[in-house]
Amino acid sequence: MAMTDQEILTGLGEIIDEVAGVPADQVTPDKTFVDDLDIDSLSMVEIAVAAQDKFGVEIPDDQLKDLKTVQDVIDYVRKSSVSA
Amino acid sequence: MRLTEGSAGARVLAFGGYQPAKVVTNDDLAATVDTNDEWIRSRVGIASRRIAGPDETVADMAVAAGGKALAASGLSPRDIDLVIVATCTPEVQIPNTAATVARRLGIAAPGAYDMNAACAGFCYALASAADAVRTGTAGNVLVIGSEKLSQWIDWTDRSTCIIFADGAGAAVVGPADDPAEAGIGPVVWGSAGDMADKIYIKDRDSFIFQEGQAVFRWATTALHPVAKQACERAGVEPAELAAFVPHQANLRIVEAIARKLGAPQALVADDIVTAGNTSSASIPLALSRMLERGEIPSGAPVLLLGFGAGICYAGQVITVP
Repeated sequence: MAMTDQEILTGLGEIIDEVAGVPADQVTPDKTFVDDLDIDSLSMVEIAVAAQDKFGVEIPDDQLKDLKTVQDVIDYVRKSSVSA
Repeated sequence: MRLTEGSAGARVLAFGGYQPAKVVTNDDLAATVDTNDEWIRSRVGIASRRIAGPDETVADMAVAAGGKALAASGLSPRDIDLVIVATCTPEVQIPNTAATVARRLGIAAPGAYDMNAACAGFCYALASAADAVRTGTAGNVLVIGSEKLSQWIDWTDRSTCIIFADGAGAAVVGPADDPAEAGIGPVVWGSAGDMADKIYIKDRDSFIFQEGQAVFRWATTALHPVAKQACERAGVEPAELAAFVPHQANLRIVEAIARKLGAPQALVADDIVTAGNTSSASIPLALSRMLERGEIPSGAPVLLLGFGAGICYAGQVITVP
């Protein structure tokens, strides 16, 4: 399933809005989760779980901690979808 | 050989709860471990918790909560013929807490046993109590969840000392001869033994350990299907629930499961804010306080969902007294 970065970003925005209450339009690729979006590690787990449902890509806890920005997650999803 | 005959259903006649007097705030904890009030509130949801006195026992707290439930039920001690105490923190190996509680409450010669399903204990015990009443094994059952987790905590470990606390909650379960009155739905229970290494107390000289992130991930993914199944088995739509009372493990877990339940109208228990995580006491303690405050109408359906070390879990719909 080849998704564009924009499609992944839109999907992520929906997830982050639902999990963390951050409006989707504030979710831009350059933003960091912790400092810019005020999203902690527990919310990251919820986001990872929702991303698995939405994109079919699993993000285990030990990979999750390296994903600091929205772009990091987009790259991860894109790479994982291609190799799936 | 005759089989027993019981009643068409079982229901909870009353709840009772007990919290120790000593209040420990987040600021109190911040004085000795590297944490702060804001972090604790946002991460776990707790503002304050209660810690039992040094000589205050699991049995003491069970007697207090059980006595309140018994008094509120309108029954007398002689009407109780089975006492079940859910606990994973008894100070005394034998005799069990249930027999001690029965004696102290003036309940003569009931069946009495303790059971350990960690934080799922109350839902397991409630299911067994309901089964006993329905099959005629017991007439009225006193079910108690009582825990003194404080004696198993490493107070220098900020991952656990901010979470766990002490308390007790109890319910009196009796018969419901008219199926329409039946107030304890079928339990959905199970376990995930592959998660055994995520929450444990290794031996009597060890502290409680929890791998928080892994537990969070499991709880927020594996439990909402169980919750929905419990509703289905009871013939109650999630949208009909007046309240959702899961084990008060962590407010973020509670909220995450609630979001997936499909019960936006249900009041979601947040007793953890002023109780902490009291393991098997958390559900009946929360319910007793919510009912005291008049937050749930009498007879309304409420979903209970316990989960904890094992990992063990159990959920059922009940109607509140």
